[in-house]
Amino acid sequence: MTISEYLKKFEEKDIRALSKIITIVEEGLEGSEEILDYISKKTGKAYRLGFTGPQGSGKSTLIAKLTKNLLQRKKRIGIIACDPSSPFSRGALLGDRIRMSELFLEKEVFIRSMATRGSLNGLAYKTKEVADILDAFGKEVIIIETIGASQVDVEISNLVDTTVVVFVPESGDGIQILKAGLTEIGDIFVINKSDRMGADVLYYELKNLIEMSYQNSKWKPPVLLTQAINNQGIEELEKAIFEHYNYLKENDLLQEKRKNMLKRELANNFEQEILKIYWQDERIRKKFDEIFLEILNKKISFSEGVKKLLKEVKND
Amino acid sequence: MKKKIKILIAKPGLDGHDRGAKVVARGLRDAGFEVIYTGLHQTPEMIVNTAIQEDVDMIGISILSGAHMTIFPEVLRLLKEKGATDIHVFGGGIIPDEDKEKLYQMGVGKLFDPGTKISEIVEYINNYFKDKS
Amino acid sequence: MTEKEREELEKEYHLWEEKLKDFPQCSLPLFNTISNLPLKIVYTPLDIKDFDYLRDLGFPGEYPFTRGIRYTMYRGRIWTMRQFSGFGTAEDTNKRFKFLLAHGETGLSVAFDYPTLLGKDSDDPMAKGEVGVCGVAVSSLKDMEILFDGIPLDQVSTSMTINGPAAIIWAFYLITAEKQGVPFYKLRGTIQNDILKEYIAQKSYIFPPEPSLRIIVDIMEFASKEVPQWNTISISGYHIREAGSTAVQELAFTLMDGFTYVEEGIKRGLDVDTFAPRLSFFFNSHLDFFEEIAKFRAARRIWAREMKNRYGAKKKESLLLRFHTQTAGCSLTAQQPENNIIRTAYEALAAVLGGTQSLHTNSMDEAWALPSEKAVLIALRTQQILAYETGVVNVIDPLGGSYYVEYLTNKLEEEAYKYFEKIEKMGGMVQAIKAGFPQREIAEAAYRYQKELEEKKRIIVGVNEFVLEDEKLEIPLLRIDPEVERRQVERLQKLRKERDNIICEKRLKELKMAAKSNENLMYPILECARAYCTLGEITNALKEVFGEYKEEAFF
Repeated sequence: MTISEYLKKFEEKDIRALSKIITIVEEGLEGSEEILDYISKKTGKAYRLGFTGPQGSGKSTLIAKLTKNLLQRKKRIGIIACDPSSPFSRGALLGDRIRMSELFLEKEVFIRSMATRGSLNGLAYKTKEVADILDAFGKEVIIIETIGASQVDVEISNLVDTTVVVFVPESGDGIQILKAGLTEIGDIFVINKSDRMGADVLYYELKNLIEMSYQNSKWKPPVLLTQAINNQGIEELEKAIFEHYNYLKENDLLQEKRKNMLKRELANNFEQEILKIYWQDERIRKKFDEIFLEILNKKISFSEGVKKLLKEVKND
Repeated sequence: MKKKIKILIAKPGLDGHDRGAKVVARGLRDAGFEVIYTGLHQTPEMIVNTAIQEDVDMIGISILSGAHMTIFPEVLRLLKEKGATDIHVFGGGIIPDEDKEKLYQMGVGKLFDPGTKISEIVEYINNYFKDKS
Repeated sequence: MTEKEREELEKEYHLWEEKLKDFPQCSLPLFNTISNLPLKIVYTPLDIKDFDYLRDLGFPGEYPFTRGIRYTMYRGRIWTMRQFSGFGTAEDTNKRFKFLLAHGETGLSVAFDYPTLLGKDSDDPMAKGEVGVCGVAVSSLKDMEILFDGIPLDQVSTSMTINGPAAIIWAFYLITAEKQGVPFYKLRGTIQNDILKEYIAQKSYIFPPEPSLRIIVDIMEFASKEVPQWNTISISGYHIREAGSTAVQELAFTLMDGFTYVEEGIKRGLDVDTFAPRLSFFFNSHLDFFEEIAKFRAARRIWAREMKNRYGAKKKESLLLRFHTQTAGCSLTAQQPENNIIRTAYEALAAVLGGTQSLHTNSMDEAWALPSEKAVLIALRTQQILAYETGVVNVIDPLGGSYYVEYLTNKLEEEAYKYFEKIEKMGGMVQAIKAGFPQREIAEAAYRYQKELEEKKRIIVGVNEFVLEDEKLEIPLLRIDPEVERRQVERLQKLRKERDNIICEKRLKELKMAAKSNENLMYPILECARAYCTLGEITNALKEVFGEYKEEAFF
C-alpha cells in the first residue's frame, strides 16, 4: 500500500491502517515525514494523560481500570505503554498489556506497546509522534505510561496535559521523592496497593511535601489512595483528572501548556536536525578527530580545542 | 527495512501451562526481538486484536491442552476477516504429528515440539524474514 | 567418632584430595544437582559432622520421621498405585478406571478437563475445543454418578485433582456416594484443593486468595466433622516443579503453603489437631535421583518439627507428612518417547526410596497426548515390578546413613529455611505471592535450566544429544472422540430441562447469601449439588460474590 492509501484508510478509522502508520513513524521508514505532515494538521483535540511511577506500582492496572470508567462515558481511548529495551540484546519484553486484557475486545480502545530502544527518559523516542497519530485518529483521551520512574522519568510531563505519579507504600521516604524531582512534575499523586503497610505514613509525608512545595500554587496536587486491582479509588482518580483539566482550562493554562510543549518540541527537533547535519559532515568529522588527537597529545588545551572546532563550524 | 521484528507470544484458551511461553518470550527478547506477552486465557479474538494493534510480524501460539484444532483455525479465520493475513502464525506445545499436518495445510507455520531449543525458534524467525526480503 | 579420629580422617581426606589433581575431570556436563546445588566428588563422615541419629533421623514411625512415617512402611502396606486418569466423557473415564483397577491399580485418581478445572460447564463459550480433551468433563452431579458407576465408593479411595471449584466437585462426589448408600464417614480420598500453588504455578484459580482460603477452611472444618477419613488438601509441589522450580524451591514453597493453611485453620479457631492429620502432600519425582530422595526426607523432618514446635500439634498424626508422588512430566521427551519408560522407572524408584505413600507413574506418550491403554499399562507395571521384583520394599529408608544422602538432606533443609525466612519477612506466603516472589523465582530457574540445556551443560538423551534425525513416531496415540463435546452439551441441555429449575434457583440464591455471610459453604453447596445445579451455575454464583482473580504475569 502507498502512504496515501494508508492515510485514506486512516481517515476511514481503519485500525490496521492506524497500526501500520504508527509502525512507519516509529521505525522512521519512508513516508513517515509525509504522514507526520498530514497528522500535524489534525491534532489538538485529545486530552493527554501521563502515568509515571516506580516499576511494580500498578500503573498498568490503574490505567486499565480508569479506561473502563472512561469507556462508560463513551470516550475513545488510546494507550501507549512503554517498556525498556534490553541494553544487551536490544530486544524487549513488552508486558504492560497483561494487566489490560479486559480492554482487548473494546472497540474504542487502542493499545500500543513501545520499547524504549535506547531512549533514556522512560519513554520511547517516538512516543509524542505516536500520541499525535492517535490524536489525529480521533482518540479523545490518550494515556501514556512510562517504564518506571527514576530521576530521569520527568520527561513525561512535557508530553501530556496531566501527569499522574503512582507510588506504592514501599516507595521510600519523602526525601527520596524530593530528590527525584517527582513532586515537581506530578499534578496528581496516587498511592496504589494502599492496603499494604506504610500507606498511611507515605500519604502524610506526601501531603506535607506538597503543602511545602505548592504553597503559592493555585493547583495543589491531591494525594489519592487506590487499590487498582479491587477497583477502589478509581472514581476519585477520574474526578481528580477532570478537576485538573478544568483547572487548566479555566486558567487558560491548557493552551499555554500546549504552546510550551510545541515550542519545546520545535526546539528539540531543531537541535536534533542541526546535530545531524554537523555530524554527517565529513569535513567536520575529520576536523573533530584531528583536534581530538591534538588535545590528547597535549598540543593544545581542551578549551582551545573546542574554540578551534567552533571556528571550523562557523566558517561553514 | 524495519529495524525491529515484533512477535506476539500468546496463551489461548483455558490452558494454564505458561512455563514454555515465558521461557520462549524471554529467549526471544535476549535474541533481540520485541516480544509482546499478554498473559493467560486469551480468546482468539483477543489475540488477533492485540496482533493488529501492535502490528506484530508473527504470532507464536503456545498450547498444551489439546485444543489446538479449535484455536489455530479460529485465529487464522479472524486474521483473514480483519485483513491481516500478512501476520505469520506459528506455535508449539503438545500437538500430534497428524494434527500438525492438518494445521500446516491450513497455513500455520512451524509447530515446535517439546524439547525445542530457543535458538531453533530464533533461527526460524530470522530465516523467515530473510526469505521474505 | 572421637575428636582424634575426626582429625585423622580430615588429614587423610585432604591428602586424598591432593591426589585428585592428577586425574582431570570433564567440565561438561555440570556436576551439580539439577537444582544447581554444588556437589563434591565424594562424601565422607566429615560432611555430616554433627550427625545425631536420634535427633536427625529417628526410627521409622517416630519423630522426626525422616526415615518414614510408618513403623513398617512397605512391609505393612505397599504404596498405593494411583494413576491419574481422565478424558472424554464420564463413560470413557469410567471404563479407564475399571481397566486400571482390573490390572492392579490400588487407588483412583481423577483428571478433569480444563473447563471443569476452571468451574465452567461443557457448553460455556470458553470451553469450545477444550471439552474432554485433557481430562474428563464433569459439569454436574449426573456426570459424577456416571463416572463412578459400578465402582463402590466405600471400597476405593479416590483422589481428585481439583482446586478452584474443589468444594463443588467434592460435593458431587459426596452426593454420588450418598446415592450409592455409602455414608460420608466411610469415604476415603483426597481433593487437591491447594489454591496457593495455583497462583504460583498451575494457574487453575478462580476466585481471589482471601475467599479461596475461606472456602478451604470451610472444607477442613466440614471434613473434620462429617468426612473424617478424607484428606482435605493435597499440598502440592508437583506443579511448582513442573513450572520450572528447583528442588529447594519445590520443598520450600510447598511447605510454606502448608504452614499457611495451618495458620488459616488456627485463625478460624480450629484446634490444629482436628484438621492437621488430614493435610496431605503431593511431590514431584524428578530425574536427579539422590536430590529427590533427600528432598522427601527433608520434607518429613521439617514438617514434623514445625508442626510440633511452631504450631503446638500434640497428636502424632498431625506431625506426619503423608505424600503422593508423581514422576516428573516435564522430564518426558517428545523425541524417542520409549525412553520415557526408563526415565519414569528411575523417578519411581527415587520416590519409593524416599518413602512415598502413593505413586503415579507417567506414561511414555505424554509429551504427545493423554496416555494410551498400552502406555498406561506399562506405567502401572513399572510400579508393580518395583514393588514385587526389586526388593526395595524389604528395608525401610535403605539410603539412610549414606554420607551423601544425609548431607544432601541437611543441605536441602538448610536452603529451605533460607526461603522460609525470606518469605516471612515479606509478610507470609500470601503477600509473597501477591508480590510475585515465588513466581519470579520459578521463572528464573526455568530460564536458567533452558540455557543450561542449550549450552549442553545438561544433557537430555534424544533431545540435545544422541538425537535421531528424521524420527518417525511409532507409538499408538490416544485420540479424543470429537463427538465428546457435542454429547456433553446435549447431556447438559437435557439435564437443565429435566431438573426442577425452581429449586435450583432457590439453592443458588441461598448459596450467594451464605457466601456473603460467615456460614460454612459446604452445606449450601451440597444442597445445590443435590438439586442438580451445574458446576458452572454454582461457580458463577460464587463469582458474583467473590469476584475473579486476574494474575499479573511475572517473568
